[in-house]
Amino acid sequence: MTADQTVSPLTADHIQLALGQFLEERVKTTVAMQQDLFKSGLVSSMFAMELVVHLEDEYGIAIVGPDLKLDSFRTIEAMTELVLRLSAVKADNDG
Amino acid sequence: MGTDYTAHRLAVIGAGVMGTNISTLALGHGVPVTLVDLDEAVLAQARSTIRQKLRHAQLMGALPDRPQGELTTSTSMADIADATSVVEAVVEIAETKYKVLAEASSVVRPGTTLISNTSCISIDEMAAHVERPEELVGTHFMNPSYMIKMVEVIRGSATSDAVLASVTELLAVLGRESLVINDSTGFVINRLLHPLINTAAMLVQEGVASVEVVDGLLEGCLGHSTGPLRTGDLIGLDNLVDSLNVLYERRGDESCKPCDLLLEKVREGHHGRKTGRGFYDYGKVAS
Repeated sequence: MTADQTVSPLTADHIQLALGQFLEERVKTTVAMQQDLFKSGLVSSMFAMELVVHLEDEYGIAIVGPDLKLDSFRTIEAMTELVLRLSAVKADNDG
Repeated sequence: MGTDYTAHRLAVIGAGVMGTNISTLALGHGVPVTLVDLDEAVLAQARSTIRQKLRHAQLMGALPDRPQGELTTSTSMADIADATSVVEAVVEIAETKYKVLAEASSVVRPGTTLISNTSCISIDEMAAHVERPEELVGTHFMNPSYMIKMVEVIRGSATSDAVLASVTELLAVLGRESLVINDSTGFVINRLLHPLINTAAMLVQEGVASVEVVDGLLEGCLGHSTGPLRTGDLIGLDNLVDSLNVLYERRGDESCKPCDLLLEKVREGHHGRKTGRGFYDYGKVAS
């Protein structure tokens, strides 16, 4: 993430694009927005934990409690919703 | 001890892959754990690993709705004295296991269930080194232990009925199922699995097929959920070689003589998922 992106408001489009690129690099195939990563066998349960760590590191959020469940990471769409929601909570707390 | 999780206090000796796996499983099921290792740096890494594994277990919905147990780490074997059960999970090297089990059995009270988490070494062989052989029983947890429900339980020829019942109860508290077998070097799982992985590596070494093709065939044709080489990476190729050596030396089974490709990967430090690279490249290691 560049300095410009860091200060830009986080949008669903940015997150979806970045996640799509990250997944494409890791699983060597293009992933559709609503494609179920686990049901389609694209990724393992171990990789699910890498997704948790990646989102936390990339967006400075903490994924804990009821959000720490597989359904939060099934699709790019679900992960985008999670990042936007937790980022908003973080901004409220920081502000 | 029974099936009340609050009545159990587990000590785990050895803070490697299986020690942290078993600790995670117990903590996630509300059982307090004292984790012992020789090296404070290893324990510091283990605390971090266990935090990650607990998160992974929660992510996968593998934990019950209970408060997590408390983790204590120590470099002193004396701290296992109050445990109700002790699991030895050190490297698969017979002399190391003998030494650790002898020391543990001299520290704990009579009546404490002494468990060797071993993948190959015979329980009877280890029983010769403990104070009360009837209190020693074997378990062979899979990796990750908090995800795989079944545990191979090994009854030594001296293991008492009470200790066998006690380990089965402990496993039930930890949400595991157990199948009990009689003692035999390599037990059931690894007498079948280890020669398979070794042969799979040999096929790659000989250029018969690539890593992906060998695994793909076992997965696609035989319905294995994970191919043998990816399974080897998950076990840890260094641990796999140790276990193959045990099987080869004790059983004389040529199919268990570690092949050159496996030995080369171990020499180069490519031990599988835990180091980020083995037969496959895992990139950033998450846990």
